[in-house]
Amino acid sequence: MNVAAEAFAERHATPPAAGSETVVHARALTKRYKNAVALDGADFEVGSGRIVGLIGPNGAGKTTALKAILGLTDFEGELSVLGMDPRRERPQLMREVCFIADVATLPRWIRVHEAIDFVAGVHPRFDRAKCERFLARTKLQANQKVREMSKGMIVQLHLAIVMAIDARLLVLDEPTLGLDILYRKQFYQSLLEDYFDENKTILITTHQVEEVEHILTDLLFIRDGKVALGTTMDEMGARFAEVLVNADKVEAARALKPIDERGAVFGKSVFLYDSADPEQLAQLGEVKRPSVSDLFVAIMKGTYA
Amino acid sequence: MNAIAKSPFAWLLKREYWESRRGFLWAQVTAAGVILAITILGIIAGEVFRARMGVNMSVHMGAANLNEMLRSASAHDINALVKGLDMTLLLFGFISSVVLFFVVFFYLLGALYDDRRDRSILFWKSLPISDTATVVSKVIAAVIIAPLIAVVVTLAGYIGAQIIVSLWFLAHGVNPFGLLWAHSEPFSLWLHLLVMVVVNAVWALPTVGWLLVWSAAVRSKPFLWAVVIPIVAGVLNFWVGLLGLPNVDSRFFWGNLVGRALLSVIPASWVAPDALSHGVDFVGSDQLAAISYSSMAHAFALPQMWIGAIVGIALIAAAIWFRRWRDEA
Repeated sequence: MNVAAEAFAERHATPPAAGSETVVHARALTKRYKNAVALDGADFEVGSGRIVGLIGPNGAGKTTALKAILGLTDFEGELSVLGMDPRRERPQLMREVCFIADVATLPRWIRVHEAIDFVAGVHPRFDRAKCERFLARTKLQANQKVREMSKGMIVQLHLAIVMAIDARLLVLDEPTLGLDILYRKQFYQSLLEDYFDENKTILITTHQVEEVEHILTDLLFIRDGKVALGTTMDEMGARFAEVLVNADKVEAARALKPIDERGAVFGKSVFLYDSADPEQLAQLGEVKRPSVSDLFVAIMKGTYA
Repeated sequence: MNAIAKSPFAWLLKREYWESRRGFLWAQVTAAGVILAITILGIIAGEVFRARMGVNMSVHMGAANLNEMLRSASAHDINALVKGLDMTLLLFGFISSVVLFFVVFFYLLGALYDDRRDRSILFWKSLPISDTATVVSKVIAAVIIAPLIAVVVTLAGYIGAQIIVSLWFLAHGVNPFGLLWAHSEPFSLWLHLLVMVVVNAVWALPTVGWLLVWSAAVRSKPFLWAVVIPIVAGVLNFWVGLLGLPNVDSRFFWGNLVGRALLSVIPASWVAPDALSHGVDFVGSDQLAAISYSSMAHAFALPQMWIGAIVGIALIAAAIWFRRWRDEA
C-alpha cells in the first residue's frame, strides 16, 4: 500500500451514515481459514433503505463477509443482521433476507412452475401473483426446465422469484457475471423500478463497478479483510475531488498532498484529493467528482504489487 | 390432511419427488412393464407352440385341451395355482426391490452432494428452511416415499399380470374369477407391504445415515468414500486376524458393520439374520413366511435393529451438522 493511501485508510475507515434503522451491524468481524485470514476485524454498518456496494479486489473478503451475513459460515467478532445472529437464527433470518449468489444457481432439473410452487409453499413472504406478473414480461414458459434456459433467462427467473419476496435485505453476489449487456441493464433497472423502496436494503458485490455506480447510495471498500473506506455517495462527492492539472502546476498540486496521481493526455495530470480545500483546488485546474472506479483504484493501489 | 399437504415440509418432500421422479417412479414402472411384457410374450409363445403341436400335446397331457385341464383342476391343483400367484407377486416384489435398492442408494449418495457440486445449494439455502428439515425430508423420501411408490407399482404390476392371465383364461372359455381372483387377497397384501415399508425404514437407518454423512461431508466422490472405507476396513480386519492379532470376528464385521453401513436399504434385508437363526427355508414352499407379520415382529426383537437405528440417527445428525456448517470456500 502506498503511504498516502494507508494514511487515508486510517483516517477514514469510519462507517457510513446509517439510515433510520441498522440492518447489518459488524464489529471486529473476523474469519480465519486454515492458511489465510479472509476477514480481519472488519467494522461496518448498513442502514435501511440503502443500496450498498461492497467493493474490493479478488480475495479481499467480500464473499466471506456476505457468507457471514447470510449465516453460511462461522466467524469471530460481532455481527447482527436485522437484530438476529445469522449463525443461530438462520431459518428465521432467511424469511427477511434474500440472496442471489452468482449467476445460475437455480437447480438445473427444476421447471419454472415447480420453482414457483416450491417457493410459494415454503416462503411465507412470497407473493405468487407478483412473481407471475414479472415472469409474464419474459419469454419463460411455465413448463420450461432451467437446463433448457440461457444464463440470462435463468437470472430473469431467479430475479422474478426474489423480487416477489417481501424481504428487508437483498444480497447480490456478482449477480450479473457472464451476462450480456442487455440482461445486465435490465437486471438493475428491474431492481430499481420494481423492487427497491425505503424499507428495503440491497447489498451488492461486483467487479463491474461502473455498472452499479449510478444506483449505489453507499460504498464499502474492503481490502485485506478490513474496511478501507465506508461512505455514502453524497459524502464521497463532498470529500473527494479530482483535478485535471496542467504540467506547470504539477508541483503546486503535489504540495496539497493528493492521495493519487496519474498521467493524462497533453502532458496533463489527474490528481485525486481527500478533504482538500475546494478553493485551492479550483486554482489548479478543472475540478470534478471522481468516479467510483478511479477512487477504488487509488485506494487499492499496491494491492497486487 | 389438507393442512399437512400444504405445510412447508410437504413441499420439501414434493421437491425430492420432482428431482428424483425418474428413479422413484419411472424405474419401477419400467421394471414392472418389462415383467408384464415377458408374461405376454410367454403366453403368445405358449399359444403358438400349442397351435403347432396341435393334437399331439393334448394326447400327452391326457386332457382334450387346456380348457378341460383347468376345468377339471382338483383342489390340489388350485393350491398350486395360488402358490403360483404368490410366486408372481414375489417376482414383482423382488425385481422392484432390486430397482429400489439401486435407486435409493444412489439417491442418498447424491442427496447432499449434487446441489453442492452444481452450486444450487445456494438457492436452497436462500430460503427459510432449516438444514434439519432439509435432511429429514431426504431421509423420508428415501425410506418412505420411494418404497411406497414401489409398493403401488408392484401391486399394479401384479394386478396387471392377473388381468392378462384372466384374459388368457377367458379366451379358453374358463372363468378366471373362481380360479384366480377368489384366491388373491389384494387388501391384506396391501396392508402387509405397507407394514413392511415401516420395518424396512427402521432397518435401513444405518445405511441412510452412513451415505448421507459422506454425501454432506466430502468435496468430491462420495461413492468412493462411502464404499471404499468399509470394504478396506473389512479387509484390514481380516488381515489382522490372519496375523493372529486381536481383531473383530470377520463374519460379525462384514455382516453387522460393513453390511449394515451399505446394504441395509435392501428391502426385507432384516430377514437374513432372522431367518438364518430360525432356519427359514427360502427355497422351499415357505418364501412368504420369511416376511410374515410374526417374522417382522421378530425383527424388532433383534438388537441389530435397535442398535442400528440409534447409530443411523446419530449419523443423520452428523449429516445435518455438515449440511449446516460445511463451508464451500
